[in-house]
Formats: sequence, C-alpha cells, structure tokens
Amino acid sequence: MKIRAQIGMVLNLDKCIGCHTCSVTCKNVWTSRDGVEYAWFNNVETKPGIGFPKEWENQEKWQGGWVRKPDGKLEPRQGGKLKILANIFANPNLPAIDDYYEPFTYDYERLQNAPEVVTPPTARPVSVLTGQKMDKIEWGPNWEDDLGGEFAKRAKDALFEGIQKEMYSAFENTFMMYLPRLCEHCLNPACVASCPSGSIYKREDDGIVLIDQDKCRGWRMCVSGCPYKKIYYNWQSGKAEKCIFCYPRIEAGQPTVCSETCVGRIRYLGVLLYDADKIAEAAAVEDEQSLYEAQLGCFLDPNSEEVIAEARRQGIPESWLTAAKASPVYKMAMEWKVAFPLHPEYRTLPMVWYIPPLSPIQSALENGLIGENGIIPDVKDLRIPIRYLANLLTAGKEEPIVKALETMVAMRRYMRSKSVAGQADPATLAGTHLSAAEVERMYQVMAIANYEDRFVVPSSHKEMVEDAFEDKAGCGFSFGNGCSDGVSEGSLFGKKQAPIVFHDLRRDRAANRRS
Amino acid sequence: MNTLHQFVFGIYPYIALAIFLFGSLARFEREQYGWKSDSSQLLHRGNLRTANILFHVGVLGVFFGHLVGLLTPVAVWDALGVSHTFKQMLAMVAGGIFGIIGLIGLVMLIARRFGNARLSANSSWRDKILLIWILITLVLGLSTIFVSAHHTDGHEMVKLMTWAQHIVTFQGDAASYIADAAPIFKAHIFMGMTFFLIFPFTRMVHVWSGFASVGYVGRAWQLVRARR
Repeated sequence: MKIRAQIGMVLNLDKCIGCHTCSVTCKNVWTSRDGVEYAWFNNVETKPGIGFPKEWENQEKWQGGWVRKPDGKLEPRQGGKLKILANIFANPNLPAIDDYYEPFTYDYERLQNAPEVVTPPTARPVSVLTGQKMDKIEWGPNWEDDLGGEFAKRAKDALFEGIQKEMYSAFENTFMMYLPRLCEHCLNPACVASCPSGSIYKREDDGIVLIDQDKCRGWRMCVSGCPYKKIYYNWQSGKAEKCIFCYPRIEAGQPTVCSETCVGRIRYLGVLLYDADKIAEAAAVEDEQSLYEAQLGCFLDPNSEEVIAEARRQGIPESWLTAAKASPVYKMAMEWKVAFPLHPEYRTLPMVWYIPPLSPIQSALENGLIGENGIIPDVKDLRIPIRYLANLLTAGKEEPIVKALETMVAMRRYMRSKSVAGQADPATLAGTHLSAAEVERMYQVMAIANYEDRFVVPSSHKEMVEDAFEDKAGCGFSFGNGCSDGVSEGSLFGKKQAPIVFHDLRRDRAANRRS
Repeated sequence: MNTLHQFVFGIYPYIALAIFLFGSLARFEREQYGWKSDSSQLLHRGNLRTANILFHVGVLGVFFGHLVGLLTPVAVWDALGVSHTFKQMLAMVAGGIFGIIGLIGLVMLIARRFGNARLSANSSWRDKILLIWILITLVLGLSTIFVSAHHTDGHEMVKLMTWAQHIVTFQGDAASYIADAAPIFKAHIFMGMTFFLIFPFTRMVHVWSGFASVGYVGRAWQLVRARR
C-alpha cells in the first residue's frame, strides 16, 4: 500500500447559479497575460451545450483521455508513445484557437478621439492575434450562456447520448444546468502520459498536476491528450499552461481563488487519502460503468486506525491526517455518495468531483406534478433527464445518480419537516441509508456551508524539506528564468517580438518597472 | 584570396561549431524558458501538417545524408565495396529526393508564415530570417547536383569528404582540399556552416530536444515528483 494524499475538490452543482465569478477571479489572478488571454483555467458552461472549446466532450473528434486495449492495458486515445512521437511535427488532434475563440479587445480609444461624426462613434472589436479590426465576433468563451443559440447547435452536446433529445427542443421541456470546469488533477492524468519532454508531473504531497515551464518544449501533445481540454498552449511563450490549483495558496492552507470567491458557496476542498498502488488497476477495469466504483476503491478511510498508522509510517504529516478526517470531500464522495467524478469513462480518475443538480422540484412536488415514490418524490421526474447526468458523471449508469438525488431530496424534506412542523419527521428518511444525525451533518456541510466546513486545507509542511532561510529575498512565483515576470526584456537568445494589441499595457508595465 | 579561403574553410568551421555547441549549452543552462519548438499550429493550422511533415522528413533526410556521406572515411566505403561513382550517384539521387521533399515543405511553410496575417504579425525576425536562410542553403545544395552531374566519377565528392574529415579530426590543411571546388559548393558550405553559427540564437534549439524526446519511448507513463 502506497499512501498518498491529495487536496480534492467537490462542486455542488445544485447550488451553482452560473455567475462566472470563479472564472473571472481566476482569470484576473492567473491568465491576464498575453498568449493565454484566450485560456480559462476555470470556465463555467451552460449545459446542454457544446462547451469550451467546442465539443470538448466528443473524444471521437479530439482523441483525449485513455483507451483500454484488448490486452487490458491502457494507452492514450491519441496513440502510444511511438505514434505520439510520429505526430510531433504537427499534432492532428490539436484544437485550433478558433475552436476556443479568437481573442479580442475593443478599440476603446476611438470613443475618445473620434472626430465629429454624424453617428456616435463605436468601439469596434480588435483581434488580439493580428491587431486588425474584426468584422464580427463569432464565438467566445461563454457563447452558449443560459442556452444562448438554437437547439440544433447545442444538441451536438455529447451528453445527449442515449436520450431522445428532440423532445427537449420544445420550450416546455427545456432544461439547463451550469458546469464550472477546471483541471481535474487526475490520479491517472493523460496529459502527463502524453508529454514527450516529461515536463508535466503530479506532486506527491498534494496531488496537484503542474507543468514545469522550464522543461516544456511546446510539443502540444498534452493539449490533445487531456480529455477535458484543460491544458492551453500559450501562443506567446510557446509553452503549455494549465490550472495550478492555486498551489501557492494551497501550500499556505488557503482555498483556491475560484473556491474562495464562489458566491454560491458551491465549492469544497478537502484531503483524500488514496492508495497509489491501486491506480493502474482501477483505471483499467473493463466495464466503463464500474470506473466510478473502482475509483472509490482507491480512497482510504481516514478514520481507520490501520490506515492512520501506515500513513504515519510513510511520512504523511499529522495535520494532513487530522484534516483528512474532517474532509468535506471525503464525506460527500465516500460517506454520503452524493459527489461523482467528471466523465469517469475517460479513465483519468479525476479528482474534482460534482454533486448533480436537483432541478427545481419543490413547487412541482407540492402541486402534485411529480409522482411520489413512497415519501421520496420520484427523482426520475426531474426536469433534467437522469441519463443526461449519468452521461456526465457515471459513464451512463443511472443508479448511483438516482441514489444521490434521493439522498438530497430526503435531506431537504427532513429539514423542511423540522423547520415547518417544528419537529423532524423520521419518516422522511425511510428508504435511505441516512440517520437523523447524519442528515444534520449533511445539512450543515452542504446547505449552510460555513467557510470552515467547506475548506479543510492543511498547510504544506515545507519546513520538512527545505530551509526557509534560503528563500529570503526570493522572487516567489515566477515564470522561470530566475525572477522573470514572464515579460522578458530579451537576451542574446531572443524574445517574442513586440506585442500587438495590449502594447499600452506593456508600456505601462515597462514604465512601472523603471519607476 | 588564399588567406580568405584558408579562413573561411579552415578556421571559420571551428568558430561556427564552437558557437553552435557552446551557444546551445549556454542557452540550455540559462534560458530554459525560451527553449521551445515555438509551434504556430494553434494560431493557424492550414496546410501545416502536410508542409511540416514534408519539411522535417526532407531536412532530416538531408542532414543524416550529409552526416554519413561526409564523415564516413573513404576507406570504409572502399572496404564495403562501394565505388565512388556509385556513392556519387547515391548522394545525388537520395539528396535530390529528400532535398526536393524538404524544399516543397519549406516553400509551403514560408508561404504560411509570411502570408497568414496571424502568423506574420506574431513571427519574430529571427523566425523569418531562419526560414529564408534554410531556403537559400537548400536551393544552393540542390543546385550542386547539376555541378556534380558533370563529374560522376565522385572525384569532387571525395575532396569534400576529405575536407570535412580533416576538419573534424583537427588537421590544419583541410581548406586546401577544396581550394578548387566549384563556387556553388563553397557558397553552400558557407551558408551551411553559418546555419550552425546562428542555430543557438534561433528556435532551432528545439532540434536538440526533438532528438532527446526519443527517451520518451522508454519512460513510465506517469511522473510523480516528491516534495522537495
């Protein structure tokens, strides 16, 4: 047994209001730079929809993730090592920037310096790639927000597999949900496996997957290897970049920026202990619908004395073991079984999990529009088809999703009986695996969601491996090349040519540096 | 003239090779963040796949052809029973085929880089010079086939081989062997040597990493870094 710890994340889609605060704060902190202005380490998609980049879930098209070969071994869907090397000159599966969107800004200056004209001056869009005016913006990072666009387009959504989707084109049957997405920091990452330079790695101590910017050579295989399309090619620096799970904050025991700023309090961070020796086997089980359970089988019970003793022996810090016991992620994934991995069929064993949304039902339930199955409403009558959620979270297996939704409905009805009738009705829990005490705990974590219940992040124990004194006067986060801020002034070995659109920004930066 | 010839073909090769090797080393040591293939595929795909594969196959073929053809001692060819005439023909045919393949790809790449608005706006002058430099070198190299066609006995070729082998074995008289070589050979050799000189200052350094990526074949799928 090789015990490792990871900070996992759970997103409670039942509470996501699609406000994009996570995306915007993330962008402000990490990708407000030239070359990744088009990249969103975190983005929020409206489902149904084809997403960002276009049709990222269509692996027939993009060839991301893993496939199980007849001999039971896994191989990246884009090919084995020799095929990946053979494609190094031009990657046939690489999305073009137009599959994300052509990054643009606006000619704001025109609003101030236009001469006297008959019609009011307008700020026309300007391409960041060429500096030329654009006739029309054709696509953006969030083009389908709140079901924007016609049904025929969003019907290409891969999650409609096995569903008679035509009936959902009728207005009365329309449904939608939000899906915030970031790097999954997988246990079996396909990006790491696809990198010919060996520049991508998983951190042993907290599971964060990072790209060594100094070692990346820009072969672009990780971009196509990642089935979630969460690695972006920085077209200015020529290096791949991805969500870093805000590791400088995580190391300090703080939540990621997206989690911290979530106004709906939908995000949870907590420690998961897992057995690294089980990964290969779990990712390679034959039946795709068993992958979810197989991944659960990798996680270790933080309350088991045996696990604790072994983890101690293997050097996992005491504060991490304590945090693992209080981990909201463990509770939701393992104890209550309400959280699920995103697309387990990609065989990456993702570590950012989702609680399926309980589409609004309370009033429909009270008006008798939804059938009741005993005391629990029949969740199969929800607006969002169960199969749709199952295609997203359990490779199409409906049973675990139904159970999770029933658990959530039971919690609501129990708490409702308690606050409306003044006394909890134990009958509301009939048919579930929940005890009254457990429901109260669930309610505290999932509904009240206090800060300290949502984020149980132990600080990393850097003092165990390095001497902080050596870091005095260090430059902190940088882009390699010593203390470079990523905007190198150039050397004998060249620099990117003068920027095009955001040159004012750069001039400001240069001026700031001088002053 | 003699002094100039001695400098360009007797001394300059060492300057070019020294800058090539130590420049690459210095850049690898100091400028890892700038060490990359600098792919433009994301911005504009177009016919990149065709162009880039043609170019790389052609150029790598030509590179290894030069390496083996120039640096294998004459004695080895004799021992293998390869006549000079045959080797000359082989060099002309194989070099011609790979050269043409590379040239087609290169012309497509140049058209792409200069013709596409996104690429021309985001290409450094180093990228542009590099492409033109390779174009001139390649065209000169292909032109030498016509010169060689006039003496298929391989006599000229042996002179060039002797020059190259004397250079890499540090024998001072190397330049004298090609004193009377056709000017087009000399021009091609000069451009080729200078290519190695500018190599470390351009995106060409990705070639080192390209060869190094062969190590990927023997690597484990997953990489985990311990805390440090």
